[in-house]
Amino acid sequence: MEKALINKNEGSNWRELKNKLFFGLVIVLSGITIMPILLIVYKLLSKGLRQINLDFFFKVAPDTLQAMSAVQSGEIIPGGIANGITGTLLMVAVASLIAIPVSILIGIFLYENPGKKYASLIRNLTDILQGVPSVVLGLIAYFWIVKGVTNGFSALAGSVALSIMMLPLIIRSTEETMKMIPVSIKEAGAALGVPYHRIIFKIMIPSGFSGLMTGILLSISRVLGETAPLMLTTLGNRAINFNITKPTSAVPLQIWEFYNNPNMIDLVWSSSLFLVGFVLTLNIIAKRISTKYS
Amino acid sequence: MSDKILQITNPVLSISNLSIAYGKKDKLAVKDVSADVKRNNITAIMGPSGCGKSTLLRAINRMHELYPNIHTEGEIKLNGETIYEMSTSKLRRKIGMVFQRPNPFPTMSIYENVIAGYDLNGSKLKKNEKDEIVETSLHDVGLFEEVKDSLNKKGNFLSGGQQQRLCIARALAFKPEVILMDEPTSALDPLSTAKIEDLLVELKVHYSIILVTHNMSQAARISDNAMFMYLGELVEYDKTKTMFTNPKDPRTEGYLTGKFG
Repeated sequence: MEKALINKNEGSNWRELKNKLFFGLVIVLSGITIMPILLIVYKLLSKGLRQINLDFFFKVAPDTLQAMSAVQSGEIIPGGIANGITGTLLMVAVASLIAIPVSILIGIFLYENPGKKYASLIRNLTDILQGVPSVVLGLIAYFWIVKGVTNGFSALAGSVALSIMMLPLIIRSTEETMKMIPVSIKEAGAALGVPYHRIIFKIMIPSGFSGLMTGILLSISRVLGETAPLMLTTLGNRAINFNITKPTSAVPLQIWEFYNNPNMIDLVWSSSLFLVGFVLTLNIIAKRISTKYS
Repeated sequence: MSDKILQITNPVLSISNLSIAYGKKDKLAVKDVSADVKRNNITAIMGPSGCGKSTLLRAINRMHELYPNIHTEGEIKLNGETIYEMSTSKLRRKIGMVFQRPNPFPTMSIYENVIAGYDLNGSKLKKNEKDEIVETSLHDVGLFEEVKDSLNKKGNFLSGGQQQRLCIARALAFKPEVILMDEPTSALDPLSTAKIEDLLVELKVHYSIILVTHNMSQAARISDNAMFMYLGELVEYDKTKTMFTNPKDPRTEGYLTGKFG
């Protein structure tokens, strides 16, 4: 009897030790996981912050000569990325206008028909679409829009490529959001004789508003930094442009241009800092919405 | 008809030879049920889980049609009018429903919840007409005094019992003829249950109530007539007192004395 007790104690000591070891391992590994993001933010701040002033947001990029003379005299590079910021906002807005209504309706269709063959085909195709490399989507938009519609590089072509990227993200998040709403809410509507489309638009979508918003914001932050599809579709523009049929700049495109110009390396850092800050802000807003309204 | 089924003159609802199958046609959830429902009474439907009582209830306002692959045979008449020939929105205005768990619309205020049946169906009512409907409906369920200062707040601070009364008010707003209740107190505490039971007894003056319940003592306390269902069949339908004191079918007796169910 006594021996059995001792054995039991030994076992529990070993278990406690294992527990502590595992706990320590988890702490160390999670520390390693967050290191990259901290290092990225640190590097961007230390290299890019000095370029950021009002001109950075309201002026277009300087030409090489201006940048060269500024760098030689040790000043910060004049001008900013206003053409990129406006271009990015324009293209993301148009992409959202295309992607959001379509994908919310498809998401609701998938939720309403869980077992149907056609719906599961759509679901699988959506998953495949999510895996298509963005440069390929750029290529497709090039052939559809640049060659077929606008007869030249255009913001519209860029928006179409981005909207195709947004589709699978919003479709899946819509379907998941709808699944979270209790069926009893939908039944309450049906029991009042409310027609089907009104149940969807007046009950289901408002009830899932925070989930839908979160999915939309995350999909926007996903496409904000896309570079490859934009290179093939909207090319870039030195001036601020709001005409969707004309070539337009975007922040990630500018980062690529600055990178290829030895005199503008400083702007690479500040533009990247801006882009990362923008994406992080959207992510934080999405988190806030989903915790506040759920 | 057999003597196990109560005969009623001038019924509000009359169900004849109703059979309902899910999926395959030979798997019947409700088997050839015929029964009339008495006006301004509480009619309880009792039976063990899976006996078809909820399906029968949902067939009365055609909510069962929301499930896929459903086959319905037979007929239900509301005041002599066949319900399968009416539009569902017209039918569900006349036959309201209250569910097992309180399900107020989470995005709407208390006021909007009560008037939801009108708003969501697109009726254009004047502000004072809406106010009157909301006030009388909330009065009828005894909730008005409790919520009159917070009509424009969302209902999520209400207790479960208050939420359920809000849902009853939402059903009453249409002034329906019949109210279907699917175990309306099974998610509530005893005190809220007692309040809802008292409310149902008051409401039967103006409405005919059909109450599905798992709870035999609840059926005994408040219902006037009771149906006992078993494996999709309507085994016995009688005045509640008669059924509880003198059941005619051995299966009813077995259920009521706790031998199964």
